[in-house]
This record gives sequence, C-alpha cells and structure tokens, in this order.
Amino acid sequence: MKTATFARHTLTHLFIIALGLVMIYPIAWMIVSSLKPNNMIFSDPGLIPKAVTFENYITGWQGYAGTTFERFFLNSLLMCAVAIIGNLISCTMAAYAFARLKFAGRAVWFALMMVTLMLPAHVTLVPRYIMFNTFGWVGSYLPILVPKFLATDAFFVFLLVQFIRGIPKEIEEAAIIDGCGKVGVFLRIIIPLATPALVTTALFTFLWTWDDFFNHLLYLTNPATFTVSRALRTFVGDAGAVTNWGGALAMSTLSIVPAFILFFSLQKYFVQGISTTGIKG
Amino acid sequence: MQIIPGITNFFRRNAAAYMFLTPWLLGFFVLTLYPMAYSLLLSFTDYDFTQPNSTQWIGLGNYMKMFGSVFGQSEFTTVTGEIMRVDPYYMKSLSVTLTYVFVSVPLKLIVALGVAMLLNQKLRGVPFYRAVYYIPTLLGGSVAIAVLWRKLFEKQGLVNDVLASLGFTDLPGWITNPNFALWTLILLTVWQFGSSMIIFLAGLKQIPSEYYDAASVDGANKVRQFFSITIPLLSPVILFNLVIQIISAFQAFTQAYIIGGGRGGVLNSTLFYTLHLYIQGWTYHEMGYASAMAWVLLIIIGVFTAIVFRSSRWWVSYGVGE
Repeated sequence: MKTATFARHTLTHLFIIALGLVMIYPIAWMIVSSLKPNNMIFSDPGLIPKAVTFENYITGWQGYAGTTFERFFLNSLLMCAVAIIGNLISCTMAAYAFARLKFAGRAVWFALMMVTLMLPAHVTLVPRYIMFNTFGWVGSYLPILVPKFLATDAFFVFLLVQFIRGIPKEIEEAAIIDGCGKVGVFLRIIIPLATPALVTTALFTFLWTWDDFFNHLLYLTNPATFTVSRALRTFVGDAGAVTNWGGALAMSTLSIVPAFILFFSLQKYFVQGISTTGIKG
Repeated sequence: MQIIPGITNFFRRNAAAYMFLTPWLLGFFVLTLYPMAYSLLLSFTDYDFTQPNSTQWIGLGNYMKMFGSVFGQSEFTTVTGEIMRVDPYYMKSLSVTLTYVFVSVPLKLIVALGVAMLLNQKLRGVPFYRAVYYIPTLLGGSVAIAVLWRKLFEKQGLVNDVLASLGFTDLPGWITNPNFALWTLILLTVWQFGSSMIIFLAGLKQIPSEYYDAASVDGANKVRQFFSITIPLLSPVILFNLVIQIISAFQAFTQAYIIGGGRGGVLNSTLFYTLHLYIQGWTYHEMGYASAMAWVLLIIIGVFTAIVFRSSRWWVSYGVGE
C-alpha cells in the first residue's frame, strides 16, 4: 500500500515537473539566447549555449534614437513609483468610504464603481485623448499618471473594500470612543491594518504600469520619454521584421527582471490579490 | 427656517465620506462618465483629429461603415449627402476577435482547471509548482514576451527547430502564415492560465473532502465524481473566471500589435478588434469612427456577459448540500 502511494506520488510529481518545464522553456530559452552570439540564436534550440557573450546586452543597451536603455529603465521606474503613490492614496480613500462610512448615495456609487470594473477602456479612449491633448499633456506622463490619483483602477478599490470589510469593527469603535475622528480612524487604524492589501495594490500597480503598452504607445511620443515596454517595440520593424534579435532578447530579458524579483519576494500577496478579486491576466 | 439646520445636518453626516470619495468621484465624472457620453456623441460624427473644425454630424454613417457589408453594400450615402465607403476590414477584425475569444477562453479555462486539480492533491512542493505555472501569466502580457513569441514561431524559430528534430518536414512560418498566425496568439493566451488556475485552486480547496469519500463509498468513480461533485460545486468560480476572461479577451491588443508589427499581420489574420480601432483612430485619425467601434465593442461585451449571466441559472449552483 505504502509503495503504491509512493509510486503514484512520484509519477504525479514527474508529470507536474515535466509540464512545468515545457511551460517555462520559452522563457528559459530567451534568457539563454540573449547570451549567445547573434548568429547562433537562429540555429540553436538548446538551453546550454556553446559560446557565451554579453555583446547583445551592449548592442541592445544602445536603445533607440540616441536614448539608451538606462533612460528607459529610469523612466519606467519613475512612472511606476508615482503610479503606486497615486493608486495607494486614491483607491484606499475610496475603499474606506465604501467599506466603512455610511452616507447618502453609497449604494448607487458603489454599484457604479462595480460597473466601471467591467467597462472596456476603449469607450473613453478617444475623448480622453482629445481632452489630454487640449491640456497639452500628450507626450508627457500626465495622461498615464493623473488617472491613478483619481482612483480609476476600480480593481484596487474593490480589492481594498473587500479587505477593509474584514477588519474587526471593535478596534475602530474603541478609537472613536477615545475621541478619534474619521480621518484619525483612517490614518491610524485602517491604513496600518490594511497593509497586506496595500502591498498587493502596490505590487499589481507596478506590474501593470511596467507592462502597459497601449497607453505608452498612445501618449509617449518622444523617445527620451519612452518606457521600457514602449522602447522594446522599437526592435520590431513596421512589417514585423527584427534586425537585432540578440539585442531584442537581451533587453526583453532585462525587462522581466523586476517582475521576477517582486514575484519571488512577495508571492503570498500575489495569491491573495488574485483570489480575492480574480485579477485579470 | 427648518431647511437650514436640515442642510447643515445633511452635510455634517455626509461631508467626511464625500471627502474620502472625492478623488474617485472626480475620476468617475471627468475620466469615465463624460468621456463615455462624448464618445457616444462622436460616434455619430466624422470627427477627424487633425481637422476638428470640419466635423459633421453623419447620423448612423459610422455604423453603416462597419456593418454595410452585411447588407451587401460597398458604399452608401450619409445624411450629409456624402458618399462613404464601407470599411472592408471591419468584419474581418470582428471575426478574428470572435474566433480568438471563442477558442482561447474555453481552452484556457480547461487547462487552468486541469492543472488546478493536479495541484489540489496532498503533495509536497505545491506552492512552488503553483509559482512556476504562474510565471507565464506574470510575464505574458509584456512586450518582451510578444517579441519572444515572434521569434519562437518564425520559420527559423525554436518551435520549428524542435519539430524538425522530431522528424517533421515542410514546416511553415507560423507567424507569417495566415492560417496559423491567430493560433500562435491563442496559444500565447492559453499559456497564461495562471490567474484562472489560482482562482480554481482556491475554489477546489473549499470543497469538503467528505463529499468525495461519500461518493467513493457509494461506488462513484473519478469521472462521475468530477461531473457530479467538482463541476457543480465549482460552478460559481467557473462563472466568475468565464466572465473575467471573456471581458479581457475582447480587449486583447499588445500581443497582436507586436506580433503583427503594428498591423494586422498577413492578410489581416491577426487584426484584432482593438488593433483595428487603434489603426483607424490614430493612424488614419478617424476618431469618430473609432468611437463608434468602441461603442459597438461595449455592446458586444455587454451582450456576451449578459448571455453568460442569464445562462448561469441553468448551470451554476449556489450552496449545494450545506
């Protein structure tokens, strides 16, 4: 009986590992190929490079139109940092109101917030573009960052509402008896206790802003302002031809490093975020 | 005299909440509600971004431009008396997107459920495996992976190298062949089943193991248990995943854009709806038309979501056997 279970478990493990390897293979291949000389990328499906070179990283780093990837990475990091601050402030404020405060019209506003969760971004796209263009914002980061300060990522509002509802009310009631106002409760009780959900919000804001391509394509017009995802597109020519594959794979590899680091250091927040809101992907 | 204290009272009761809600309210009105109304208005005009002053009201012109070919027309006269050509690519973009949604969403959910069940066993290392299976989802939406995908499925790409070493010959360039290009994108989407898998896994953990024990005692085999216990008890989670995935699949853009090099690929075989919308609005500056396309997309997504929710009463069960 024992050996049979052991054999079955071993088989299951082997199957899971084999499937996992197939899944990971393309990414592993990308990382390895970025270290191969350019002419060997085409002819070598293996994972062990016959020759290792950093040439692709040097040519890829040159970037586009005289701007190097150093700038693109700094741009992306800056954009993500501001986006995180915006989402944390605005989404937490809205979530606190929805989850804890009683006010006229709450049910209606909450329902509208839930509707925006499902709304395709495209119905607001053209007027937003026209509006931001009138403000003279096209070409800057403002069209991407200002919406973050206005809680337009309803996903996070919903995530935080769900979390704040789970915080025991007794703590707040005690604070109110001690003379704490609504702002005090928000700053001293809700924010500290909601830290796990705030980390999840920051994490996904980072990933989505880092990976976002559509908005960067629309609004970033000057190569000096390009983000990493917008800059990677410049490796692909207009008809889809790529001249510097080595550089493209090398910079693509670098571009996924932040996501990897965050994922492996903050794994539990991922699982929490996905299972409470069903975050798209 | 009674009104004044009433109002101050109302303000006192609600002011704090509305203060907290101010950023969201501003965003809702300025960045969602007003743009939605405005784009609906624009959808009845020939608004061109480069010459906004010559904008004309063209009634249902943009909608005729989309669906004229259904009525066998290639051009029509607008309310202003102008002759407009029917968009020859709109129907193609719609059929590409519908194929993509209908194939990729069910496949993705089936794979996600299969892997979730595989991981829902008393095994060591499940958190690690779960992390590994999530990696493609973590990275899949990025430009980096789209660039990689182009490389993998080229004529001289990794996939063909592997297939050739297995003895296959006459292999096509998957990306450049109009019969296969969309399928590489579908594969890319299915590969990112991680989020659905994690949600399924959380749902599976909620099913008490006593149900399976009891079914075993009654002589139900694994297949029977799957259809009589797992699927019904998981049905709310399936519904949830289905809705989320349908909504996001209709809006797929980045992968098609990168793989097609900013266009719809060979013979427009990967001309996704949103890609076509982007090209119309930003390459040709036909923003009135792009707005109309966006509204039709909203209606399509709304209809599909409504159908799924409506049908759910036939196949979703809540709170069985509590």
